[in-house]
Amino acid sequence: MAVTLTVNGRTQQVEADPETPLLYVLRDHLELNGAKYGCGIGQCGSCTVMVDGEAVLSCVTPVLLLEGRRVTTVEGLGTLEKPGPMQQAFIEEQAAQCGYCIPGMMMRAQALLQADPSADEATIRAHLEPNLCRCGTHMRIIKAVMRAGEIMRHNPQSGGAS
Amino acid sequence: MTLLRIVLGLVFILAIGTAAFIGYAWHSRLDPIDPPAKASLDAKLLARGAELAAIGNCNVCHTAPNGEAFAGGLGIPTPFGTIYSTNITPDLETGIGRWSEEAFSRAMRKGVDREGRHLYPAFPYDHFTLVSDEDNRAIYAFLMTRKSVSAKSPANQLPFPFNVRMLLAGWKALFFREGPYLPENGRPAEWNRGRYLAEGLGHCGACHTPRNRLGAEIPDQHFAGAEIENWTAYAINSGSPAPLPWDVESLASYLRHGWHDRHGVSRGPMAPVTANLGAASEADVKAIAAYVAEVMGRPSKERLAQSEAALAAARQEREAAPLRRTGETGNGPGEAIFVSACQGCHDGRRPPPFGGLNLHLSTAVNAPNAQNIINVTLYGLPAAKGEPSAMMPAYRGVLNENQLVALLDYMRERFSKQPAWTDTRERVSSTLRGERRVPVYRMDGTTHAPPETSMRTAPWP
Repeated sequence: MAVTLTVNGRTQQVEADPETPLLYVLRDHLELNGAKYGCGIGQCGSCTVMVDGEAVLSCVTPVLLLEGRRVTTVEGLGTLEKPGPMQQAFIEEQAAQCGYCIPGMMMRAQALLQADPSADEATIRAHLEPNLCRCGTHMRIIKAVMRAGEIMRHNPQSGGAS
Repeated sequence: MTLLRIVLGLVFILAIGTAAFIGYAWHSRLDPIDPPAKASLDAKLLARGAELAAIGNCNVCHTAPNGEAFAGGLGIPTPFGTIYSTNITPDLETGIGRWSEEAFSRAMRKGVDREGRHLYPAFPYDHFTLVSDEDNRAIYAFLMTRKSVSAKSPANQLPFPFNVRMLLAGWKALFFREGPYLPENGRPAEWNRGRYLAEGLGHCGACHTPRNRLGAEIPDQHFAGAEIENWTAYAINSGSPAPLPWDVESLASYLRHGWHDRHGVSRGPMAPVTANLGAASEADVKAIAAYVAEVMGRPSKERLAQSEAALAAARQEREAAPLRRTGETGNGPGEAIFVSACQGCHDGRRPPPFGGLNLHLSTAVNAPNAQNIINVTLYGLPAAKGEPSAMMPAYRGVLNENQLVALLDYMRERFSKQPAWTDTRERVSSTLRGERRVPVYRMDGTTHAPPETSMRTAPWP
């Protein structure tokens, strides 16, 4: 069965059962490997993407719910040549250790900063709570998100993920 | 002349009335003390106090999210305004360190603070009045040995006239009957113990009994269920919507562990209650269960037949091949969503707490409204910290209004014999818009408010 999905601004048809988790469609069908499979039960956050601007756990989200909605993955935040503010900040702060949790962290942080670019550290900490990092780079991750907020505030056009 | 006399007469009567009222309403100030030294308190008394404080659920209202235990400062929304819980740590300036045991017992028994001021019944002294002096002594000893925290609670946000504490004397005259608890003759000791705890310290009725316009529980709707903090506290009398009637064993196990494999998990404001009861004595919890099961009454033949049918339906689904391909049955979007997003856990192949409840056994789908399912679906069941627990991922941001309404209508039709809910769309839409503010609790009972939901500490509009 074909499902119509809009991912990172591109609308396309995907041959998949409607109950297929979005994560599988992103990785297996669309070859967007940013979002990661961690626990598969929505408890670790490594599969986090944005749907209509809100952070969503793609491993427990069947694609049938997403007709007509805007899905954004970490690939939609920028490119290698021209990283978006969130990506730029994570590079500058060298926030990744193994990196497995980072795309999910970035997407949940992106959803927060798009709604409130001036979110303070306490808000960021509380907001990122559902996302786990086993390496322990939390301090750098928080610094990176704060820096991303700064970049977005200085250049309000820059934060616009598709 | 006559007019003057009438006026004078009225003034006189009013003056007498006011004086009588003040006389009735007046309570003396009790002298401050130096707090008792910890060493002077018996270890057994403290242990007993800890168990009783757990039954009293003291920590839940007297702790702000991310705040120190018992240091108060939680904003409690009421129809009259926001009341902030007080600091009940032994801090000398901001806590109850200067309170004597007499002052503490008087607060519990009469709803009056050490200074003699009337307390708002957000502090459930209409229940606590039943607590015995002996139990108050143990709770007092327990509280006076907690970590002393200097924390001043914010001022209550109550408009005139609700900010006049003297008026509470009128409320008490209307609705408050002073204890202590008098055992009912001819009843088993366990029943009396359970009633004493459930109606007194446990204050079950504070959430499970509907209140009148002045915020007092309605006696002839005892345990009939109510809505609190935008969670539904189910009826726990003969009107219990549980598809499987509760009995003493299942209720005691649920209250102690926070889940039962044929009833599901406790969540919302009940999560901290069951988390606390895990620390209470087994005998006390069993007594509460015995009393509440008796209030629920023996299920009728009809109800037992229905519960057999629910169990059979659940068993059949557990053993049959699950509905796989969505859209195969042509039952519309509700079924497609259920099959793809819910069934994987809720087919009952793995029972609670680590699997989802088969919804034929769910109290929530048989409840008078869909609010609890809305809350759990949108905000999930946040896992306990550092221990295994039930959990469910949140579907906020995934399900839109139409999808959630279709899902709920489908669940009600498939899993309940009750008529369709009529206010589901309004509830879904106002919850999604944030007009209904839903505090979310972790499964270990600690408050957990994801930033996108309302913080329980924020003053509520």
